[in-house]
Amino acid sequence: MSENKVFMIFQNTADAQPFISAFAQENPAATLDYQPGMVRIESLGQLGITQEVVSELAGREVNLQELHLTLISLSGNIDEDDDYFRITRH
Amino acid sequence: MAKKLNMRKRYELLTRGLGWEPSYQSKDKVFAQEAYEGIKITDWSKWEDPFRLTADAYWKYQAEKDKKLYAVMDSFAQNNAHLNLADASYVNALKLFIQGVSPLEYAAHRNFARLARQFSGEGAQIACQMQSIDELRHAQTQIHTISHYNKHFHGMHDPFHMFDRVWYLSVPKSYFDDASAAGPFEYITSVSFSFEYLLTNLLFVPFMSGAAYNGDMATVTFGFSAQSDESRHMTLGLEIIKFLLEQHEDNLPIVQGWIDKHFWRAYRLLGLVAMMQDYFLPESPMSWKEGWQIYFVENAGALFNDLGRYGLKMPKYHEIATAEADHISHQVFGIFYNYIHAAAFNLGLPSEQKMNWLSEKYPDTFDKYYRPRMEMWAEMAKDGKRFFNMGLPQLCQVCQIPMGFTEIAKGDPMQVAYRVSEFKGEKFHTCSDGCKDIFDHEPEKYVNAWLPVHQIFQGNCGGAAVPDVLNWYHFHPEDGGDYAGSADEARWKAMKGAVTTESTETTKPIQADAA
Repeated sequence: MSENKVFMIFQNTADAQPFISAFAQENPAATLDYQPGMVRIESLGQLGITQEVVSELAGREVNLQELHLTLISLSGNIDEDDDYFRITRH
Repeated sequence: MAKKLNMRKRYELLTRGLGWEPSYQSKDKVFAQEAYEGIKITDWSKWEDPFRLTADAYWKYQAEKDKKLYAVMDSFAQNNAHLNLADASYVNALKLFIQGVSPLEYAAHRNFARLARQFSGEGAQIACQMQSIDELRHAQTQIHTISHYNKHFHGMHDPFHMFDRVWYLSVPKSYFDDASAAGPFEYITSVSFSFEYLLTNLLFVPFMSGAAYNGDMATVTFGFSAQSDESRHMTLGLEIIKFLLEQHEDNLPIVQGWIDKHFWRAYRLLGLVAMMQDYFLPESPMSWKEGWQIYFVENAGALFNDLGRYGLKMPKYHEIATAEADHISHQVFGIFYNYIHAAAFNLGLPSEQKMNWLSEKYPDTFDKYYRPRMEMWAEMAKDGKRFFNMGLPQLCQVCQIPMGFTEIAKGDPMQVAYRVSEFKGEKFHTCSDGCKDIFDHEPEKYVNAWLPVHQIFQGNCGGAAVPDVLNWYHFHPEDGGDYAGSADEARWKAMKGAVTTESTETTKPIQADAA
């Protein structure tokens, strides 16, 4: 069942925390794998976050493109706009 | 009042909106490299931009990344944090990194600048421009980070000079030169897709996580900082493949051929990374084989499942690469163990504890094929018969690795593999079916390969004796050889001892590099 796996990997830092928590919160089926210095968030089919949830978790207005600061890697097709970020398999 | 534009619209205006039609030169003259590879583009406006990062946002975020990185580097140097490493033998991984990887970053910088100039579509131009700047940033931040280690350890003093000459560095160099000598579409398929999308996770993710595990916070930070750009590069790789396949059905066989070729070339190069992952990290969070399973088998499986609707297949010989995951790191280690006197890093046989870890991670192969070899070598060294190979090896005409790989896919892992092709009455040897196919497809290109062993025999490398050649490489006598008894080991012991006696030994740079 790994045919449609998608993943996001973030640095395990305070700056990345609102993004990591938002992925966990908004994708109940996702698994989080902690490796030294990083965390890998994995799911089947798709993973997504919304600006509203990330901002709520950060306690300030977050621009979703801030994920570039702590993103390590990803796998999937990207779909993004001001208010959401998603990766999917077709 | 004007309504705020959404991301897609903003990005369109700040990329496509900046293009123009040439008026006093024809378009095919301005973009002279776009047609000769046989790729058919009917409409560049169909290019889909992944990561709609405009130039202003790009500079803002890159500046932020660099600020964070330089803060870590400063505090690393200020606190002599190299003393927190698990062991100084770990630094050998950084030596191979600065010698073999950082020059590739610089080569990529130059090539993406070429692509930004040669593609006529504005979306692709902007993505390639940003990547060109990213790659220069990577080369610079790596040099800067590793310069701290250069003050305290050997082998890192002249990586760009070494890269153009040294036998084992001709492996990464020849792969990138091969891609650079091709047209723009082959180059981007090679580097952005076959290398970055399919394989660089293996270099940057488990290896950098390994750096964290071994107390090297400076390298973790530059590695992950570079990798954050890599996410953008990977999506560019995926986009170019989808775009080419959507543009014209005639593009499919050309693109498939490039993916097959460059997957195999990049995979062969990663043999060096496999050795680093399994043998250079004193503490390993993940084996090469585990990394291969997650980042190639699962990830590429999902990816090609996705791309199947365009008719694209998994790269040729991918199943051989997967079968070799049980062997490759041990075989590459074996080659270097023989030739470590001619390298600018140190190597040691794995400890009993490390061998047990290898047995656990490689239950089907390590005890059966490789442990006995390590034990015999240890025995020989103990008896004063440490074996160094003083002959020069035969190199694969394509990947340029000494011919030490075996017939794993044929079920005969103890039989050295070699293939022969004839071209204009001469014989050329390759290490595998993958490399032979590449040679046979473009023999005119590969007969011109600059093979370090041939060049030494032809008298082009500083002289006939090993010290002459090493001198021509700009190696110092203390740069290579076994880790046990090396200058770095002695210095590490002195530094660690110096901590307890509160001397300043720890902060003084080594004389050679201070001079």
